[in-house]
Amino acid sequence: MDTTAHHGKVNERPPASAPRLTLSGISKSFPGVRALHNVSLSLYPGQVTALIGENGAGKSTLVKIMTGIYQPDSGEIGIDGQATTLPSAHAAFGHGITAIHQETVLFDDLSVAENIFLGHAPRTRFGTIDWRTMRNNAREVLETMRAGHIDADARLKDLGIANKHLVAVARAMSIDARIVIMDEPTAALSMKEIEELFLLIEFLKSDGKAVLFISHKFDEIYRIADRYTVFRDGEMVGEGLLKDTGQNEIVRMMVGRNVDHIFPQREPKIGAPVLSVSGLSHPTEFDDIGFELRKGEILGFYGLVGAGRSEVMQAIAGITRTSRGAISLDGKTIAPKSAADSIEAGIVYVPEERGKQGVVIGLPIFQNVSLPSLKRTSKSGVLRLAEEFALARSYTERLDLRASSLSQDVGTLSGGNQQKVVIAKWLATTPKVIILDEPTKGIDIGSKAAVHGFMAELVAQGLSVIMVSSELPEILGMSDRVVVMREGRIAATCDNKGLDAETLVRTAAGIAA
Amino acid sequence: MKNFLKYREIWLLTGIVVLIGLISTRFPGFADPANLRQVFNDTSILMILALGQMVVILTRSIDLSMASNLCFTGMVVAMLNAAHPAIPIPVLIVIALLVGLVLGVINGFLVWRLNIPSIVVTLGTLTIYRGATFVVSGGAWVNADQMSPDFINFQRAAFLGLPVLSWISILVIALFFLVMTRTQIGRSIYAIGVNPTASVYAGIDVGRTKFIVFCISGMIGGLAGYLWISRYVIASVEVANGYELNIIAACVIGGISIAGGIGSVGGAVLGALFLGIISNALPVINISPFWQMAISGSAIILAVVLNARGERRQGRIILRKAEAA
Repeated sequence: MDTTAHHGKVNERPPASAPRLTLSGISKSFPGVRALHNVSLSLYPGQVTALIGENGAGKSTLVKIMTGIYQPDSGEIGIDGQATTLPSAHAAFGHGITAIHQETVLFDDLSVAENIFLGHAPRTRFGTIDWRTMRNNAREVLETMRAGHIDADARLKDLGIANKHLVAVARAMSIDARIVIMDEPTAALSMKEIEELFLLIEFLKSDGKAVLFISHKFDEIYRIADRYTVFRDGEMVGEGLLKDTGQNEIVRMMVGRNVDHIFPQREPKIGAPVLSVSGLSHPTEFDDIGFELRKGEILGFYGLVGAGRSEVMQAIAGITRTSRGAISLDGKTIAPKSAADSIEAGIVYVPEERGKQGVVIGLPIFQNVSLPSLKRTSKSGVLRLAEEFALARSYTERLDLRASSLSQDVGTLSGGNQQKVVIAKWLATTPKVIILDEPTKGIDIGSKAAVHGFMAELVAQGLSVIMVSSELPEILGMSDRVVVMREGRIAATCDNKGLDAETLVRTAAGIAA
Repeated sequence: MKNFLKYREIWLLTGIVVLIGLISTRFPGFADPANLRQVFNDTSILMILALGQMVVILTRSIDLSMASNLCFTGMVVAMLNAAHPAIPIPVLIVIALLVGLVLGVINGFLVWRLNIPSIVVTLGTLTIYRGATFVVSGGAWVNADQMSPDFINFQRAAFLGLPVLSWISILVIALFFLVMTRTQIGRSIYAIGVNPTASVYAGIDVGRTKFIVFCISGMIGGLAGYLWISRYVIASVEVANGYELNIIAACVIGGISIAGGIGSVGGAVLGALFLGIISNALPVINISPFWQMAISGSAIILAVVLNARGERRQGRIILRKAEAA
């Protein structure tokens, strides 16, 4: 990649005078979670602004505000210097704001031309769609984008992802979009396709569009973007020109934070290896994963989203199959074929999405807790309700669950208390190894502290914990050792003593120190 | 949610009482205990079938082939009885359960192993099972005079003041109640209906559980086959044609959510009774069958509206949580 030539070209362009879109003082809260606090962002015509931040920094919320899906609680939106509001997706569309997502929302069974002109197709004087004009216009738009190789009559489903992106951009061009948001557009693309996408972004720049580019990959950001804005924990912590700012400086902005949370102090008593994994591979998700988990240890798994951490854990938990590799627990090789097998062996996986994969909303608390332990609380298939209740009571009490009754529907609990129910239900299976996937994602500070305290208690009792987390403070505050994954492989395994956040982020993103 | 369900069943019970009250103003003998017992007996088969359908619907599936299963199994036991009148009735009932089970296993296997949506599988087997009835019978009927007296009278025998048919349905209701509230499989059925993903993580085999519910509905279809044929004393290819819709209607009126996971034994029983009362009462008070259809149709829509309102309230909570996460 010839980045210097590229930068040279950017620098030649006179700096744009007025921003096309300004967001200022934007705040947005959800019950129990402050997603954005007083953030600002400016997008300039003919320039690409990179939005950088860890997971949960508030990037997606901001995109949803810009596309009219969420309404900010406070703050102002200005387009071309005029204050405005974006009360709906339609209004945002009307202002020429368009977003191209990781998984672009287009219609697989319609033709390229139909996708480009859906909703604003040219009409004949009888009010029917003027197919010939539509096809010609589609070809024209594609030509101007130097994407003439795409057949306007092809079904969208026959195109590759990169070409689908091109169609999405063509759609944006056809409605005269002036602000283009690209939310991790390269996540599913090959190297060659990424190059084509960059050519396209160059074209959008030269056409005077204001582009917002969201990516986790530093090489891409430096390659294509002119400006940057860094978010951290829902606040804007820095912005400027990329040519004046080094990668390490941006990493520092991303991770530097106030200490708002004290992690439990503990004296780890680490014993013999409990779980050992070697050469674990999956045809598409991960390759050659090997690590050891010792008794009484918290092993942190850090990495960017999509690095394959959850997929590895799901394989260990028997939910997905692997192509190669071995898992052994207490020296005995195990080959779990289902979640039930893993639970039986003593490995439990607490999945990331509490609502979808964890609690069963509609069932009472005690039934949620006993769900994976039904075999133990029943005799030849018949449930013993007294034992079920006793099991649920003992574990929910240990976790300090706040509920009026164990017969209460779990859906009536707060997010934090639901998470406690989920953890209680896994602990009730008396596991040897407990895998927590993003255990504190989206829950309030108080519940976070309770979950962390409880983790410390668990390992003190001789359990072993794997904690998958994208939150650096949590990784650094809780882990004894940290495994960093990148693109489906283990990038590093390090002792947590003396480990710092910047090293971790650089390892996860593949940036040399 | 328990409270809410109770709430819904109490409403249905109230509706039934009001209905009986209204009918009594035109036909005073209707609320007579003897008549109500008769209505219960008349509705027994529908109640049994609704329970079989309920467990399927709870797992987000549907069994459209139950009425065809009933027809096929009924024909098989009727022909067996005609050919070998010496076979004792309890043995014939066991045979009916087994034949029904085989048909249920076919449905369940296709849903589980080939991963075909149940509505498609059972739409196919609905036709196949009825066609198979034609094949085994050669299109002929089995009439009352070909059936043995035992075959016909077994369910009519009085036992402690109720016909055996009523006792069978009471037994089935009790059995379903125990299975749904007190067994591992009952709990699993609810869990996979409410949240299949979380159930997988909890170590529940969703496919196998669905297979089991189709086995249950198949056995129920088979049992109902014998009961139906011995009650109406004729076996033909046309038996219970279209009746699958009455079964589903009873479930829906009984508050069983088509989206799965919500519903109770009491609800299914009350839903069936509601339909039973309408079809029993309206003819005697000289209301045309078309009004009957309109009334049961309205009851279905009303039930769905009430259920949807209940579920929407829950949905909002989920949505808010999802946004916050």
